[in-house]
Amino acid sequence: MNEFVLTARHALGKKVSAEALVAKDGFSARYDLNRLQGVFSRPTHKLVGQSYIGRILVLDTAKGGVASAWMLHEMQSRNMAPVAIVFNTVNPILAQGAALGGISMLAGFDQDITEVVPHGSFVEIDPEAKTLRVLRLSVGEGTPATFVHGQSKTSPVHVVPPRH
Amino acid sequence: MLLNDEETAMLNGERGKVLQMAMRHQVQVGEFFGARDFVPVTQAHVMADTESLGQAGVMWLEQLSEASDGRHVVCIPTITDPRGTDFSKANDLGQRDWMVELERRAIHAFERLGVSMTDTCINYQTVLAATRGEHVAFGDTGVVIYSNSVNGARSNFEGGPSALSAGLTGRTPRYGYHLDEKRQATVRFRVEFTPRTLNEWGALGGVIGRLAGNYWQVPVIEGIEGAPTSDELKHFGAAMASFGSIALFHMVGITPEAVRIEDVGGDRLPVHHRIDRAQIEALAASYAVTKKVDVVVFSAPQLSLYELRSLAEICDRRKFKVPLLAVTSPQVAPDSERFGYTRRIESAGGTVLAGMCFYQSYAREMAEAKGWKTLATNSAKLVNILGGYGYTPMLASMEECVKAAETGELA
Repeated sequence: MNEFVLTARHALGKKVSAEALVAKDGFSARYDLNRLQGVFSRPTHKLVGQSYIGRILVLDTAKGGVASAWMLHEMQSRNMAPVAIVFNTVNPILAQGAALGGISMLAGFDQDITEVVPHGSFVEIDPEAKTLRVLRLSVGEGTPATFVHGQSKTSPVHVVPPRH
Repeated sequence: MLLNDEETAMLNGERGKVLQMAMRHQVQVGEFFGARDFVPVTQAHVMADTESLGQAGVMWLEQLSEASDGRHVVCIPTITDPRGTDFSKANDLGQRDWMVELERRAIHAFERLGVSMTDTCINYQTVLAATRGEHVAFGDTGVVIYSNSVNGARSNFEGGPSALSAGLTGRTPRYGYHLDEKRQATVRFRVEFTPRTLNEWGALGGVIGRLAGNYWQVPVIEGIEGAPTSDELKHFGAAMASFGSIALFHMVGITPEAVRIEDVGGDRLPVHHRIDRAQIEALAASYAVTKKVDVVVFSAPQLSLYELRSLAEICDRRKFKVPLLAVTSPQVAPDSERFGYTRRIESAGGTVLAGMCFYQSYAREMAEAKGWKTLATNSAKLVNILGGYGYTPMLASMEECVKAAETGELA
């Protein structure tokens, strides 16, 4: 695969590179994580059970409450944080949290970032240039959507086709 | 960002380390969002329970308060969201000494910075409601969405560090919902069923929040019959903010900026979504996976005086088999005691807590200490949050939840 570059409209933090954890799902440190274990814990989250430590999260949108503004800082203090977060759509809380916690962030692309960046690929974030560079592809198998606690056919959330 | 002389002096450290730290943080966030300058704010509301702050956040606060030296304190009314405990009942909740100690340290640091420890997420019902057009820096998503939508005030979601910075500098970056153009409707909903109970209002808010999808969407809602009460809009907005990260909605003919749908540009939008009773019921049904209930919780947002009165009426002549917790603000709690509501709830075996909120109070550790797994509540916001904390939360009416406390099962 040839490496490719995507450009964001919003950026902060330092240049970092790591494996990408990709899902078309939202993100809130309070709602979605077991911060003591460093894994996604919300049963309905597509990344449930996966470790986010040292990864670059590539997700659809910032969700949930204001706690993430403190929690990213707290996670970083224990070296149990992602190194960067990339969103299609960010909210102020996650940007404020990234600023306090020293976690790099990009947001706002012309493409759906969760469709373009392969799960498990190795990516580089350069906030100064506002770029995400996919350096190396690796195989990331998706999990088919299933209805679990908190989901229903008429509740249009978390239901996406499996990744291929 | 364009900074005036005063802001430049703060950023350069000429007004001391505290204001420099606050201004640096605000400039970084403002530039991220393309803010052109700052807007003065008149109130700040800081979310800062220690479950979120952790040891690192408390130390950050302590360093800030140390640097303030009692001189660089907040310059506008700055209040707090719920704390992580009710100090008088921490043992009953299974909370450990270190949690309580961390809370005490955070409170001490806030007080040195001149922050008023109101410990409430219903300040719009109890402390100082923001008015139409008033620029504020509020934390707690439920506070922001209510103040923006129902009161017509102007705030973004301000996390603890940003809200505290705004309290210290008296300003916030001008982006998002401080701008006229961002307050226009972007997604149009037609509601074909007006909720009757608080859990239904929350479920409707949850459905709309999920469909709207992200922070920058502004739902305009048509079809609501009658004028909802403050408590109904409280649950509606809190759930919408929780499920969708939504900070502003308009309800045609009800909220102040949408007297007519064209006032918010809704007439130029197609009807994107029609919401009927089945969708509202489906949200609650999706959580109803078991009958057994370990604990019943009324919280998120804190209960108003009249929610407590309703609860007291339902609790009369009952004896609970499983714990029932009702959480309110320090401002409401004394009235609830004076009017006998607390006594009636506690006579049935319930507990009234003040100054905390269930999910902000070490919910995971409480579950482990008390053996709680399945939880019944009438708060759609709470069911949305608690899954990540290891609970199986279920949504039901206040009456159904109280009956569950009596029998140990949701009917």
